[in-house]
Amino acid sequence: MMRICLVVDDSRVVRKIARRILEGLGFEVAEAGDGVEALAFCAAAMPDAVLLDWAMPTMDGLEFVKRLRAEPGGDAPLVLFCSSETNPAEIGRALDAGADEYIMKPFDGDIIEAKLTEVGLLQEIAA
Amino acid sequence: MTPEHLALLTEVARVHAGLALGNPSIFHLETRLGSLARREAASSVEALIDRLKAPGSEALARAVAEALAQPDTCFFRDREVFHALKTRILPALAQGKPGGELRIWSAGCSTGQEAYSLALMGAAAPELAEVKLDILATDISERALEKAAAGLYTQFEVQRGLPIRLLIDHFERVDDNWRAAPRLRQSVRWGRVNLAADLSRAGPFDLILCRNVLSSFEPAARERTLQALIAAVGPDGVLMLGAKEAFAAPEGFEALREAPGLFRRKAGRAKAA
Repeated sequence: MMRICLVVDDSRVVRKIARRILEGLGFEVAEAGDGVEALAFCAAAMPDAVLLDWAMPTMDGLEFVKRLRAEPGGDAPLVLFCSSETNPAEIGRALDAGADEYIMKPFDGDIIEAKLTEVGLLQEIAA
Repeated sequence: MTPEHLALLTEVARVHAGLALGNPSIFHLETRLGSLARREAASSVEALIDRLKAPGSEALARAVAEALAQPDTCFFRDREVFHALKTRILPALAQGKPGGELRIWSAGCSTGQEAYSLALMGAAAPELAEVKLDILATDISERALEKAAAGLYTQFEVQRGLPIRLLIDHFERVDDNWRAAPRLRQSVRWGRVNLAADLSRAGPFDLILCRNVLSSFEPAARERTLQALIAAVGPDGVLMLGAKEAFAAPEGFEALREAPGLFRRKAGRAKAA
């Protein structure tokens, strides 16, 4: 069964780039423009993974991950932040709030692949 | 790049680094030599190669061989191997060692990711709380060693294989780059060693990692270097080659099941130290 990754970012361009990379890695991709939309998606069906921007209108990534983790079944999705925030203390806050991994923008296909491998969603292909 | 340029590079790589270029792509060679050409103020990679024909170009030939010898690398490359090291191999090797101290050699360490991965594992893994890792990392390339010792990596490099928690706990952000914290940098000793040269004084080590290095050597240098590495493995010690370098087990060694490319010296067959 194809695994589902929810891409949460207020930039349509970033969602499109992420979608292309994730589909190339064999994921089915859903999109949300902010935390509220993302929570609504998760309430209907928990995805396998969430690629999550931090700074978004209405509900930001940090608030989203806290609320997701409090939902029934909300501990299941692997949450990877994908943000231009690179301050180590802030990254620590994201992890403490329940994120599994953290990608610093700008990202590319190699980084997405490496991080999905890190959380166990992809098998490593021996180089 | 003409066939003559390629022939010259092949010869330089063989003589100065024991390296078999095989059939490399021109793009790959130009990428490897591009920054050296700029440093040497050559107008192009071809112009740089032309200088190798001049008398007294030995130093340049060594620099070219070094640049060609550098493999791509990421942190915790081959995760399965690091998992086996952490959970089984290192704890077993440390049994009965005074102070639980293990001597480890990262041979062909390039820009240091493998050595730092080992040091990070030693610092962070609960399985290794009683184990002390004494890590020596060597490479043929001065440039690679400089970068390794500085511990300075781009944001792209630190996102290849390094878990985010280890990054924020053991590295400092410096502008757009990340630098290994002093404690991490000091947990590895760095040195320049040409594996194709004499290694008779090396060792003994409890673990030698020489991954994805020998397969780029020409056959004679590969065999000579493999024998030298074997001689540097201590009693009950382990030699780790690359996952795709699972040559037959060397004499007196047995292949370990944990991961491909792992060989342990058989008990009772150790050479007198």
